Amino acid sequence: MKPLMEVKNLKKYYQISSREGNKKQTLKAVDDVSFNIMKGEILGVVGESGCGKSTLGKTVLRLHEKTEGEVLYGGRDLFSLHHKEMTELRKSIQMVFQDPFSSLNPRKKVSSLIGQPLRIHNAGSPGEINGMIEDIMNEVGINPMYKNRFPHQFSGGQRQRIGIARALALNPEFVVCDEAVSALDVSVQAQILNLLQDLREKHDLTYMFIAHDLAVVEYISTRIVVMYLGKIIEVAEKDELVNNHTHPYTKALFNAFPLTDPHKRAEKKKIVMGDVPSPVNPPAGCHFHPRCPYAKAVCKEQYPPLKEVAPGHMSACWLNE
Amino acid sequence: MDEKKLLSIENINVHFNTRRGVVKAVRDLSLHINKGETLALVGESGCGKSVTAHTINQLIPMPPGVIESGSVMFRDRDLLKLPLKEIQKLRGTQISMIFQEPMTSLNPVFKIGEQLADVFLAHQKMTKKEAHAKAVELLDLVKIPSPEKRAMDYPHQLSGGMRQRVMIAMALASPEPGLMIADEPTTALDVTIQAQILDLLTDLKDKVDMSILLITHDMGVVAETADRVVVMYAGRKVEEGTVFQIFDNPSHPYTLGLLNSLPSNEKYSDSSRLEAIPGNVPDLLSLGEGCPFANRCNYADDSCEKSFPHSTCIEEEHNIWCHKADDVKKTKGPKS
Amino acid sequence: MNSTETLSNNSVNDTGDLIPDESPFAEHWHQLKRSKTAMAGLIIILFFVLVAIFAPVLAPHDPVIQNMEMRKTAPFASEYILGTDDLGRDMLSRLIYGARISMVIGVIAVGIALFFGIFIGLISAYYGGWVDKVIMRLVDIMLAFPYILLTIVIVAVLGPSLTNAMVAIGISQIPRYIRIVRASVLAEKENDYVLAERALGASDMELMFRSILPNCLAPISVQATLGFGSAILESAGLSFLGLGAQPPTPEWGLMIASSKEFVTSAWWIVTLPGIATLLAVLGFNLLGDGLRDILDPRMKD
Repeated sequence: MKPLMEVKNLKKYYQISSREGNKKQTLKAVDDVSFNIMKGEILGVVGESGCGKSTLGKTVLRLHEKTEGEVLYGGRDLFSLHHKEMTELRKSIQMVFQDPFSSLNPRKKVSSLIGQPLRIHNAGSPGEINGMIEDIMNEVGINPMYKNRFPHQFSGGQRQRIGIARALALNPEFVVCDEAVSALDVSVQAQILNLLQDLREKHDLTYMFIAHDLAVVEYISTRIVVMYLGKIIEVAEKDELVNNHTHPYTKALFNAFPLTDPHKRAEKKKIVMGDVPSPVNPPAGCHFHPRCPYAKAVCKEQYPPLKEVAPGHMSACWLNE
Repeated sequence: MDEKKLLSIENINVHFNTRRGVVKAVRDLSLHINKGETLALVGESGCGKSVTAHTINQLIPMPPGVIESGSVMFRDRDLLKLPLKEIQKLRGTQISMIFQEPMTSLNPVFKIGEQLADVFLAHQKMTKKEAHAKAVELLDLVKIPSPEKRAMDYPHQLSGGMRQRVMIAMALASPEPGLMIADEPTTALDVTIQAQILDLLTDLKDKVDMSILLITHDMGVVAETADRVVVMYAGRKVEEGTVFQIFDNPSHPYTLGLLNSLPSNEKYSDSSRLEAIPGNVPDLLSLGEGCPFANRCNYADDSCEKSFPHSTCIEEEHNIWCHKADDVKKTKGPKS
Repeated sequence: MNSTETLSNNSVNDTGDLIPDESPFAEHWHQLKRSKTAMAGLIIILFFVLVAIFAPVLAPHDPVIQNMEMRKTAPFASEYILGTDDLGRDMLSRLIYGARISMVIGVIAVGIALFFGIFIGLISAYYGGWVDKVIMRLVDIMLAFPYILLTIVIVAVLGPSLTNAMVAIGISQIPRYIRIVRASVLAEKENDYVLAERALGASDMELMFRSILPNCLAPISVQATLGFGSAILESAGLSFLGLGAQPPTPEWGLMIASSKEFVTSAWWIVTLPGIATLLAVLGFNLLGDGLRDILDPRMKD
């Protein structure tokens, strides 16, 4: 089966001026990342702050320009498309944002927010668009009665529903959800996760689901990518990754995640020490080696290749050798 | 006052007078913290958990805030009746506070060693040199690597996790730390760093004789660190018990819903649907006299709309405030 | 997506109550009402605006008709309530028509400055890079000139007349608007909604003018209010120097200039237009400062 999206050696670097002097430094937000997304899959991307997961999500939609590499969607490289072709393609690739407060224009009414993509892509006459807006609002669980309200009149969960409605208005194939539920209360978060699941089944959607919350990613994904300082360090089908992860960082992440069972508290966990290093000057060799309890000499010198350790399970660690 | 209790809140009501009306942020709240224990105050946004914390050390802005009735007894003194000067003395010595974003509570233009030493100098007689040595000692206690060097750093040179450690060190700098109020102390941190900080807090609580009031929305954090738990919803206490009682036998429909809606719950390992609580957190302006959870509750009937329930004791130390306690008990299956 | 069928009950349950909040405008209006100084400013401005609009109805005499027999009549001494000037023209009527001219000056000068300021500032901030660098250096150069000097140079080039004075004031105010628009656009374009709308396929023009600009109106309206006051003041200054309105136009600055020799003998001819100018400028400054306190959260404590 051909993948829906192929990401090949994608790099996104930023030039930043350092505090000391005028020396420019390179922030490697996404550093040589390759992966495929199959149709119908939910690819979870998990990692801590500064790991580049959010930049990755925006770059594969060409919301940021790349530094190097390719993003093939339906066989065409997104970055080689002209402005017009790209605008046309935006119909099928969409995004749901983290912050339901800053991602909706505060001066626009709900009908104008959800109707915007329909108008941009000439989806129909004003009357038809109006009908479509009401249908979508019904579908995401917002009463169409409220279409003339402004975003600040809704709660966080309702706003996220509006954001989802806007992303789905044009019936896309592929949706990047960037921390789509992390700003929400737990009880509301569950509603939105259910909504995303339902919509996926109904419209045959493919998601790339970016989150820092391991529990959420584990719950919703079919396959999981773990990132650390701009690189993919492990990727596998959900069950394989949860049960048989091999990378020490993935282990640290699973260990650190608080369990909702006070009885398991006693099982003293191994907590990985140290801070997440800055992505501007990542440690030489394997970026994780200063925090890794298993680090060997080679880890300090060379970055380990991403190798298949089991069918469909890749891991970048010298311990796999 | 009970010998065991360090802090005891009785029947406080906190209102905010806004232009749109009176926001009843905390209603008829009573709770206590024993010596040496960690009490978790848990709930979603707007449940009144932070307002409760701010009531304890008198940080509620008045106006618009009004603390109506009730008492906050801390070491045999009613904090609500103390003059401001006395409260200011207590803050930072016997009652300390750490926040979600430590950067805002550290002075950006002083080295962290100086800021820590100042806390010593303010409360104890010692030379500057001694104070500095003590500061370095504390940085070591909160497991900051190479503390002598870090003492010379400014707050912006430290990572979020390190800053939170400094804040904890500040709280420990007083001669008799009694209560530490930790308001979402790890919410802004990465998971691996959160684990370090939670581990440190648990560790320190045993080393230094202090109690922690942990305010959080994260049930995972509660399960990892708390001894006892108070669950709040829309300004009301709805359930309280030991951490094991709350997680093993959640008895209020809201606590049940909260735990069921967690994706980390083991019963969802097959990606089935989550059991979300329907609806939204209510607007604190339009709350009636009834149970605030009634409109989202599967068990609710007319009686729930009319009055807020009295407590029902599930077992020792474990109480819920629910009219339908019996129904919940009957229908709620064993935790799968 | 045509189906209106509802999904299984668990996800479609968020028809809950809305936060009964009011529009941002109502919110600001309420705050404005509480600010005594801003309200005082608003009342003064309203007064001048009404006077300007109804000038032909309110003015008891023609402002340019001379009554040589009644020259320099003191106020409250004859049918001319506020007296007459050195050519026997009714002071009150001249002041009333002067209000009209001042308001027109404000509208046109601020209009010119707003139009170019918004357009250039928006482009500068939105595209950034070398476009921004070039524009900002030009703005720096314009701001390096003493403000009044810049205005005088422009009038000198265009030739002295009231219209040219308005244009000159407008042009010399442009850099301020560019800076303010640029600063608020830079802050606003970092918001996720801009990226979100770009992801929908929105064009640059749509993003600039329909998404970002409406969110930057608060600081712009503060500057426009303050700019209105300074435009009136500067036009009076230019007319005083003979570079603005020409006689017999009842322009306040010109009225002061042409009667300055009577400051001891007939004080009202000089003083009354001065007071009118002062009041109008004060009104706009009071309202502008009040608006800034309400709209700019950085000014709050």
